[in-house]
Amino acid sequence: MSTVATSQIKLTPEHARPRASVRSRLQDALPKIVLAPSFAITIIFVYGFILWTIYLSFTNSKTFPSYVITGSRAYRRLWGWTFDTDPPSSWYTSITNMGIFGFLYIFICLALGLFLAILLDQKIRGEGVLRPIYLYPMALSFIVTGVAWKWFLDPGLGLEQTLHQWGWTSFHFDWIKNKDFVIYTVVIAGVWQASGFIMAMFLAGLRGIDGEIMKAAQIDGATTFQLYRRIVIPLLRPIFLSAFIVLAHLAIKSYDLVVALTSGGPGGSAWLPSNFMYEYTFKRNEMAVGSASAVIMLMTIVAIIVPYLYSELREKPR
Amino acid sequence: MSAITTLARQPSGGVNARIVNRIVIYGLLALFALFYLMPLFVMLVTSFKTMDEIQNGNMLALPQAPTFEPWIKAWSEVCSGLTCVGMKGYFWNSIKMVVPAVIISTLLGALNGYVLTKWRFRGATLVFGLMLFACFIPFQSVLLPMATVLGSFGRFGVKLQNATGFTFGFGNPTVNLVFVHVVYGIGFTTLFFRNYYETFPNELVKAAQIDGASFFQIFRRIMLPNSLPIIVVTVIYQFTNIWNDFLFASAYAGSGDVMPMTVALNNVVNTSTGVVEYNVNMAAAMIAALPTLLVYVLAGRYFVRGLMAGAVKG
Repeated sequence: MSTVATSQIKLTPEHARPRASVRSRLQDALPKIVLAPSFAITIIFVYGFILWTIYLSFTNSKTFPSYVITGSRAYRRLWGWTFDTDPPSSWYTSITNMGIFGFLYIFICLALGLFLAILLDQKIRGEGVLRPIYLYPMALSFIVTGVAWKWFLDPGLGLEQTLHQWGWTSFHFDWIKNKDFVIYTVVIAGVWQASGFIMAMFLAGLRGIDGEIMKAAQIDGATTFQLYRRIVIPLLRPIFLSAFIVLAHLAIKSYDLVVALTSGGPGGSAWLPSNFMYEYTFKRNEMAVGSASAVIMLMTIVAIIVPYLYSELREKPR
Repeated sequence: MSAITTLARQPSGGVNARIVNRIVIYGLLALFALFYLMPLFVMLVTSFKTMDEIQNGNMLALPQAPTFEPWIKAWSEVCSGLTCVGMKGYFWNSIKMVVPAVIISTLLGALNGYVLTKWRFRGATLVFGLMLFACFIPFQSVLLPMATVLGSFGRFGVKLQNATGFTFGFGNPTVNLVFVHVVYGIGFTTLFFRNYYETFPNELVKAAQIDGASFFQIFRRIMLPNSLPIIVVTVIYQFTNIWNDFLFASAYAGSGDVMPMTVALNNVVNTSTGVVEYNVNMAAAMIAALPTLLVYVLAGRYFVRGLMAGAVKG
């Protein structure tokens, strides 16, 4: 890349002269001028706004923003609700749900995605038909996914009703209406939507593995199972990392799915922190508390993403 | 075909074992295909049934007397809250929001990618890193300040209206959403174009410079004509994301006749006045899903490439 930069200097000798014309100086600055609006927008509307949200979380803003710092009251309330109240508060429910949902969603998507990718890599006839079928849910919005699964999981209309009609009358599946299990229905719908994409990532990884390594292992007498466990899966490590980042990021942001699938669940029992933030900020007039929850979400993402981005950008020196 | 493929075909226990092995693999694959297809199938079948058939029949049965009634009703009559004007208005709201937002963010992404790869300067990586991180923030952390700023845009629009007779788009919810989607979309579009242009030969750019081509001439005559694949990827990625967005739409255009499709669909499904017409709800959901599904069917390869480019950078 630096070759372009140096040739640039050679090509514009005016650059070296003390009295460069305004025009050529403008030409030199043009790339930066073109990039500047985008960069300024990012600085203001991303980083500026984040600071603004952090600031608000230390005020006592209710319905309208207030700019008088009142300390960490919002955070103390959030965590106080978590550990001191009985029955547990909606923040406690939200972060517990986040833990359950995040773990199961990421784990099942990774496992299912890898499993399907390995199956599809066995020289399957009709791979070209199956792959798009596994992947299409990723094109749908969470709202459509939520509406479809809401119907499918409704005890009176969907799966339960169908199996009753087929004669399995003892079948009972009402998780979507049960406050202790509703979060697992969010996991089902979420996995349905994202696992096909994770499959595609792993499949791309599998196709990129060097054949020579495999042949060598085979000559050494490795069974198919050993081959995958000892050689293929360790070689897929970068894909695991990328897939994990994608899924963690999707999980923390999922808001729409909970709204469309469960409308928040009975008594807010399906809330994730994103739903908590929205409700408290826009509906319950607790702006400072809502902001504090947004800051906690952001910190979680930062802890996951920043080391990843740092290594990605640093690894390729040019 | 990859090496794993050929290895897996190695007989490990005679012909019979291999056949059983194949049956199990195909069986599992078919089972999962059913799992992925089921909700779409149920949604589609239900949208062509009458309410009688839904209440008395089986969810998986094909419609006895297929009817387009639910689709017509969803398009032009269905109630969202108390207004019963169908989904058509909201559909156009989404189109009016998506088209400008996709064009602007793609163009900015192309220019940014061009600058960041072919006109590198000190600190370019830092600039890119800051823009890239912006892709990953939970939007909840900017939601409230943006609402405040959009509110002041609205007040500014009223002042302009009083002074000149025009609002110039200030305070218009669709314009607001276009703005928001461009602001939070340029991170991704820049990423796509930067990674694509990184592999674009510098010699061509250098040669054009020697011939005296200007910054914009090189972009228009050399970079853009060679960018078709990444333009397709970016447009599809942005189109899908913006069409499917719910958080921004519900926060900044969450009620009235300005709602985009996703918000309207959620309202329709949760409207609880009168009998719930499941067939109409399913037809409405299908209408909301069709544009992105169509893109996926027509250009699935590019769709997947966009998702991958957003996930794996190396």
